[in-house]
Amino acid sequence: MPFIVCTSHLRDVGPLQLEPVAGRTVREALQDAAQRYPRLLNYILDDQGDVRKHIAIFVDGTLQARDSVLEREVGEKDEIYVLQALSGG
Amino acid sequence: MRDRILLATRKGLLDFAKRGNTWVIAGQSFLGQPVSAVLRDPDNAFLYAALNLGHFGVKLHRSKDDGNSWEEIACPSYTGIATDSEEKANLQLIWILERDHQGHLWAGTIPGGLFKSTDNGDTWQLNEFLWHNPARKEWFGGGYDSPGIHSICIDPKRAGYMALAISCGGVWLSEDYGETWRPSTKGMVADYLPPEQADNPNQQDPHRLVQCPGEPDHFWVQHHNGIFYSKDRCATWTRVYAPPSSFGFAVVVHPKNPEQAWFVPGVKDEYRYPVDCRFCVTHTADGGRSFIAQTSGLPQQESFDLVYRHALDIDSSGDRLVMASTTGNMWLSENGGTDWSCVSNYLPPVYAVRFV
Repeated sequence: MPFIVCTSHLRDVGPLQLEPVAGRTVREALQDAAQRYPRLLNYILDDQGDVRKHIAIFVDGTLQARDSVLEREVGEKDEIYVLQALSGG
Repeated sequence: MRDRILLATRKGLLDFAKRGNTWVIAGQSFLGQPVSAVLRDPDNAFLYAALNLGHFGVKLHRSKDDGNSWEEIACPSYTGIATDSEEKANLQLIWILERDHQGHLWAGTIPGGLFKSTDNGDTWQLNEFLWHNPARKEWFGGGYDSPGIHSICIDPKRAGYMALAISCGGVWLSEDYGETWRPSTKGMVADYLPPEQADNPNQQDPHRLVQCPGEPDHFWVQHHNGIFYSKDRCATWTRVYAPPSSFGFAVVVHPKNPEQAWFVPGVKDEYRYPVDCRFCVTHTADGGRSFIAQTSGLPQQESFDLVYRHALDIDSSGDRLVMASTTGNMWLSENGGTDWSCVSNYLPPVYAVRFV
């Protein structure tokens, strides 16, 4: 079963510790996590269901391309990290 | 007089209250988060705050206890919304929130969709007529990449009459509770367009549209190319000139006297700082035939303040005004702008102020 963890910026809407999730792809893993964190998807995906522009998703330590990451297959022990680009002011 | 002011700022929602002769921050919410718009429903005292979280998108929150606690509620969404082109519509900003006489909420957004909620924000519906209007193809962004609705005027006397303004998409009117709309910009001129297109209603850039509550046929527009006044419910517009500059973003109109209006000028059009770094408010009391630059209490040197389109407000008395700037200064007047007093010099950039 893969695992998912979010940046601390998402502390109110997603897991901050690695949590097991069900799913064969990143999309399915996110949807499973959303069962317990109902606000999560809206923070990661835009109105069209695409990964938001400044969200970065790593699988097992490798940054994934935003336009294909949702279909990326994940294995039993893969770890999915949901991060964000840093900016502000 | 209204003794409470809500400020939507880059670093949260600030709730100012008058204590004696002093205005203080009596409450703050969403500390550190950009708040783009705020609304208080006078009937049920619900508050609404729109957040622009950047990387994580636009969010909408509601408070049922006047700001003590908040819940995240549904946002206007472009999910499943068809477009005529390859464009993928995504909510980028809730620019304005208003409430009509039926208690319905209206949200003006970037990229140009108008949304309505009939259940206090639990669900939102896109205004299909406006979104699918062929004229929308001519709209374009002004300051943002996409066009946006920033002004929604609910007629105080005639049920179902509404007006809205779009940067850049002109002024639109409805007489049927927003079911259908038509542009109404005759007399407006856009100097940034090719000469033969200068009066194109769909490419005017009204920065802000306001309606006189007591005389609702009267509207004022601070336009990218100057100031326009209408006495006939937007059927025709007359351009007027306000030294030292007719460029700016904010405008308010007196609640009873439609010939009184206030503006906050800047150097046009990409520079956007006070003329000669001397900050002033321009005021007309005669429908734009003449203007006075109000300077008492305002910085007359080394000022770089810009007041955004929603960051100037007037209360129902017509005497009390408030404004706040992108450089974190906030001023208040108790006498129609003749004199201003500084409330704070230490605020975040301010997007909107609102007497409630």
